[in-house]
Amino acid sequence: MNLEKVIFAFFSILALTLNFGFFIGELDDPAHHNGYELFAALVVSLIATIMKFGDRAHIGALLLATSLVADLQLVAAALVWGFTLYVMDAPLDATTIASIVSLSGGALLANLTSVLLLVVETVTFRR
Amino acid sequence: MQNVIYLMLRRLRLPLIILVAVYAISVLGLTLIPGVDDQGRPWRMDFFHAIYFVSFLGSTIGFGEIPYPFTDAQRMWTTFIIYAAVISWLYAIGAILSLIQDQGFRRVLAFSSFARKIRRGQEPFFIVCGYGDASSLLVRELTERRIHCVVVEQDQDKILGLQVEDLPDYVPGLCEDASRSDTLIAAGLKHPRCRGVIALTGGDHSNLTIAISSKLLAPDLPVICQSDSRDTAANMDSFGTDHVIDPFEIFASRFAMMFHSPSMYLVYEWMTSIMHAPLADFTRPSTGTWLLCGYGRFGKAVLEHISAEGVEVRIIEADIAGTAAPAGTIEARGTEADTLLQAGVGEVAGIIAGTDNDANNLSIIITARQLNPKLFTVGRQNNQDNAAIFKAAQADMVMQPGVIVARHILGLIIAPLLDEFLQLTHDQNEEWANVLVSRVAGVVEDVTPETWDLAISPLQAPAVFDSMINGETVSLGDLCAHPQDRRQTLPCVPLLIKRDSEHRLLPDMDELLQAGDRILFCGRSEAARHIEHIVNDHQALRYVCTGEDRPGGIVWEWLTRKT
Repeated sequence: MNLEKVIFAFFSILALTLNFGFFIGELDDPAHHNGYELFAALVVSLIATIMKFGDRAHIGALLLATSLVADLQLVAAALVWGFTLYVMDAPLDATTIASIVSLSGGALLANLTSVLLLVVETVTFRR
Repeated sequence: MQNVIYLMLRRLRLPLIILVAVYAISVLGLTLIPGVDDQGRPWRMDFFHAIYFVSFLGSTIGFGEIPYPFTDAQRMWTTFIIYAAVISWLYAIGAILSLIQDQGFRRVLAFSSFARKIRRGQEPFFIVCGYGDASSLLVRELTERRIHCVVVEQDQDKILGLQVEDLPDYVPGLCEDASRSDTLIAAGLKHPRCRGVIALTGGDHSNLTIAISSKLLAPDLPVICQSDSRDTAANMDSFGTDHVIDPFEIFASRFAMMFHSPSMYLVYEWMTSIMHAPLADFTRPSTGTWLLCGYGRFGKAVLEHISAEGVEVRIIEADIAGTAAPAGTIEARGTEADTLLQAGVGEVAGIIAGTDNDANNLSIIITARQLNPKLFTVGRQNNQDNAAIFKAAQADMVMQPGVIVARHILGLIIAPLLDEFLQLTHDQNEEWANVLVSRVAGVVEDVTPETWDLAISPLQAPAVFDSMINGETVSLGDLCAHPQDRRQTLPCVPLLIKRDSEHRLLPDMDELLQAGDRILFCGRSEAARHIEHIVNDHQALRYVCTGEDRPGGIVWEWLTRKT
């Protein structure tokens, strides 16, 4: 067992699960989507990205790319949230929360790819 | 560059994760801790304000407590944030700084920036491996002739020496082992503009490795190698190394030439001299018995060549068994007066101090001259730094391996025909050499002549080529006429014309040129410039061929036709 691999897989999967937790629920109902969950998903996703830095293997580069996509989507979701509340000074209505959640849905897809790649790498790894 | 980015990212992984974690915890804490707004109502900081607050706090800017004054619980948490953020930033910056300071990182950085410079280069260049006595002289001479070089040297100090050297051209230097093939590739071995590899690392084995890797990776590229032993030289020859240079062998054959053909010796000496060196004055050594101190590789080469000239040699060698010295050798260093007397220093014609130790060689020369002031002294100078003391010792002849190697390679590069010319002259007699020496001495004044090649090709001599296509004839004498006054001849001597595989030694001036001819000239440098002008400029060529100074340009041609 490789501790580095454990931590790496832990963060990748945690990013996916947190993302999923935020995404699940009625698309346009603000009560179903917690801001703390989005924050946690974003932070874990960032850490997962940093952990993928500097891997020269081809699959490592793919993992980094998917992770960056997830970050980008989550940051966009958070920005939409903050922009609506503080710059537009508008309440969090159904349209806004729908676009935030769909952005996080994109990130979910990227995170899912990331975990799938991780599984593929593990399966093809010869002992 | 790829390498550098990966290395940097990998080293920055932990500091970045710590930063992200500290920021995340700080933000989370701020949003969870209850506070009060300006009306005293319970209030919780939102993510936007928390991120804003942590951002300015973490970078120690500190705008104050916003948007409302903090409660004590919030202040307690803020204190924690301050320390955590400062410590994690210090750690991150420290990691970046230590990465920049890191030897391995700097090496990768230097390597990739060197490789990038070479890759982007557009000018033809030579790869010089090693930066010792011979190669530093060679690089200087090449750059003065506007030929670009790239240096690969393992010793950091020597690379620093290259950087502070005041060379007329920028010479990129890399501190790496040149015998590794990736180093050679980074230095431009596979670059389309690379014109050759010169291996002068000072070690036979690494020169051999460089030669073999160059021949395998770039078979068409000329490779020039120094070799100090015959085994290695034969090995290098076996896989097609273009030129193997053994300074001892070159010196010994030249030295032997002094005995039977002093003029020929002068021809060799002048043709392969460094730029603007003063013409060497020359004393002919007398044949008789000679003393040879040191029977190493140098001594063996000298003995072989001068005994072929009929010179009797007595050998003094400290290690008879180790060097397999012939019978009758005196076992001593040769630095002591009694050994030299025992060897008969009073009655011999000359002494060759050929050990591998400069101090010993100097001592031999000085002691021997005290015992016999009429001696012809030859000293082997191993280290270029000792040039001043060898000069002060006033030996009649000093053998400097670095200079010999540099001159020889220079000849191969700037005048490839020179090597063939020197081989052809070997078969000529002394009278022929006398004529040549007097002709060359007639055109040069007090500095050694320069030698250069000219090919009658569309690239090197477009004007000549054009007029040949038009059916006009150009003679060798036309090229050697002064472009301002054709009655004067330029200070140069055409040494050789190579036509297909035929060689014409010392061609006549009325020799007609043909396309594809290659001509070897020797003379003053201004002659080289004038000839370059003539072969490139239609006007100048027409003037030297016909004496007509016809104006160029449509208007002028039309005007002159009218009158």
